[in-house]
Amino acid sequence: MPARPSLTLGPLLFNWPADKWSDFYARIADEAEVDRVVLGEVVCSKRSPFCEDRIGAAVERLQKAGKEVLLASLVLVTLPRERKAMKELAEGAELPVEINDFTMLRYLEPGAPFAAGPLVNVYNEGTLAWLAGRGAKLVCLPPELPIASVTALAKAGGAAGIDTEVWAFGRVPLAISGRCYHARIHGLSKDSCQFVCGEDLDGLRVATLDGEDFLAVNGVQTMSFTHASVLGELDALKAAGVTSFRLSPHDCDMVAVAGLFRERLEEKLDAEEAVTRLGMLLPEARFSNGFLFGDYGAEMVERAQRQVA
Amino acid sequence: MQPATDIVAVPAPVRLFLRPLPLFPLRLVLERMVAGLIRRRPGLFSRLDEHAQKTFLIDPTDLPFAFRLKPRPERPSVEPVRRGDGGLHDARVAGPLGALMGMIHGAFDGDALFFSRDIVIEGDTEAVLALRNALDDAEIDLMEEAAAAFGPFRPAVEPLMKRAMPIAERVTGLPLHRVDMMEF
Amino acid sequence: MERLELVCPAGTPAALRAAVDAGADTIYCGFRDETNARNFPGLNFSREEMEEGVRYAHKAGVKLLVAINTFPRAGAPEKWRAAVDDAARFGADAVILADLGLLAYAADKHPGLRRHLSVQAAAANADAINFYVDTFGVKRVVLPRVLTVQEISAINRQIGCETEVFVFGGLCVMAEGRCALSAYATGRSPDMNGACSPASHVVYREEGTDLVSRLGPFTINRVKRGAPAPYPTLCKGCFSAGEYRGHVFEDPVSLDAATLIAEFAKAGVTALKIEGRQRSRSYTQAVVRSFRKAVEAEAAGLPIMANELQRLTEGQTTTAGAYAKTWR
Repeated sequence: MPARPSLTLGPLLFNWPADKWSDFYARIADEAEVDRVVLGEVVCSKRSPFCEDRIGAAVERLQKAGKEVLLASLVLVTLPRERKAMKELAEGAELPVEINDFTMLRYLEPGAPFAAGPLVNVYNEGTLAWLAGRGAKLVCLPPELPIASVTALAKAGGAAGIDTEVWAFGRVPLAISGRCYHARIHGLSKDSCQFVCGEDLDGLRVATLDGEDFLAVNGVQTMSFTHASVLGELDALKAAGVTSFRLSPHDCDMVAVAGLFRERLEEKLDAEEAVTRLGMLLPEARFSNGFLFGDYGAEMVERAQRQVA
Repeated sequence: MQPATDIVAVPAPVRLFLRPLPLFPLRLVLERMVAGLIRRRPGLFSRLDEHAQKTFLIDPTDLPFAFRLKPRPERPSVEPVRRGDGGLHDARVAGPLGALMGMIHGAFDGDALFFSRDIVIEGDTEAVLALRNALDDAEIDLMEEAAAAFGPFRPAVEPLMKRAMPIAERVTGLPLHRVDMMEF
Repeated sequence: MERLELVCPAGTPAALRAAVDAGADTIYCGFRDETNARNFPGLNFSREEMEEGVRYAHKAGVKLLVAINTFPRAGAPEKWRAAVDDAARFGADAVILADLGLLAYAADKHPGLRRHLSVQAAAANADAINFYVDTFGVKRVVLPRVLTVQEISAINRQIGCETEVFVFGGLCVMAEGRCALSAYATGRSPDMNGACSPASHVVYREEGTDLVSRLGPFTINRVKRGAPAPYPTLCKGCFSAGEYRGHVFEDPVSLDAATLIAEFAKAGVTALKIEGRQRSRSYTQAVVRSFRKAVEAEAAGLPIMANELQRLTEGQTTTAGAYAKTWR
């Protein structure tokens, strides 16, 4: 196990204005204590053009600040132009790719290093070993996995000499569709969506008919309403052999969020205190860790309860 | 909304006739039927699995009584109960007798009856699903089971039943026997 | 031109016999555990039943495919590998797989056993499909329900295997095999446990004239008396988002692409798949019979009549789904 677990800032999943995008990554480069940053559009290829011409500058600034940079692939690849873009991403890039769909394995040279993102299905040791053999250096596990599976996979990752990462912070991507729900909710079709997803910087809240917060819509993606957070459980996950933790960008002070995770990983901050401070950073958010530790994903299992159990 | 299929309610005269009937003799007949049925189809229990320990209230809404079913492998029981006196149960399946019998006999699809709300389920949904699937695979014919319940008198009784069945089906509108392929 | 192959569901041996007798070319089914994506109570095949099922199908000249299309659990691959081994031993005509690791296992251990790629693998374009064909020798891919007929036609021109498309039954609106909605509310998911919105976590309650359905701790639907009842699947629930109140993701409708059969044939599709292993033998029989007629009509160049199967479907309404582009 590496002495120092790493922090990855996952790709921004939401549709932000280009200037906000650039400012965000500039600040991450200069101030955030993350080891690795994944850049690029994952959710919807229609959004890709907005920040495409900003990526070069962001990569440069992040690398200059000593951060490893990867480029993310699309989660759902159907259209000819999407296939072309993904082929170019795999074959043309000087940077390693994070694959979010197995389509990428068609384009990547066997043996070329890559990372497997949380949106490809790595549920067991067989698949993990196969990917490691193919060139995977890091696997971010599917967020729905329980701690028992994570433990088994982290062990397999260790044996294969690759990093095993878990979803550590942010709304959890739960599903992807050919249909755009942001457009549907606004009475628009996907083809003339007017990019209404850009109105909701952290996704659009979906509530049950009883008025209970439930999910969040992000264009063609459906996410949890809750922000997953394992800030209070880092010791247990480190002990399980997890070597990397993924923070998913939100419209909040991500530098401060990363700082809390870093301090916790280095055990400079008490878990209780870290959790309290995270709550203060996101006063509106509801947190969950149920996929890992509970009976169902939306649940928040308190540390005390978990220890008793 | 479309009807799932042509479900006929039990005719009022039949209901009136049934209302004053004492339940105890009915219980004896039913238990004999169920015991025989289960003896001949041990596979039912591997499908029911742990749900064989549950109690089901089968509630034909157009009959004056319901049935409390305990499909225990060792000692299955079906107890006719007056409506409103169903006692403790894990799950309730309610609907016209025709819908319930049609489902058992493979004439109707359980999900379709649920979509059309011809049947209503309450309580332990998983147990109901297990029971439904187990019964569907068992290809039960209640007429055959009833005939079998007569034991040594079956040869005498069965021809009579077979002759009476089409008339009874016409009068009551109920699917009283299993639907097989060639009948379509 | 070859006649389209009709691939039919069987959740029980009784349904298998009904499907064979009603004119199926091929049956697909699964073992009674979490190795397949219809792991419902009371459903599926024991080892003995599967062996007998293969015999029954083969005697009638019908093929039998075994779906082993969930993702093996970390620490417990034996159950999934045993399913593949047993399918091979019983003489199944193919296994339907989704997991990379399991595909690698099957290709290595049973090179002679045909491998189909499950819809759960979500291979939605020619490049992804060719990856599976070249790497694991996949002979057929079940296409995700997010593609239009035009896209399917283009895919068929570019891939090295057969395609199978869904023509009838329940419709997933999310990319299959990539959905954790159910796990978010219940802890059980199609990928891990073989069940979406499992019955063990569903409660129906009559509230006044409303039928309320709850999944885990969440209310997912409320329908008035007289309105069709929905399956308790999350993506077909009623929710509110902004000003919108209703079916945020999908109306409770079912797929019926009978009228597109001729177009599928023209698009180079090999097989038509009917969804519904969780349904009764009565459903299987009615749907298989109807599609048998439609396939014969297509092969004879006759017009295909629209189905009269609405009464069997969720929402009692059918749609051509993503096959028509307007769905998106």
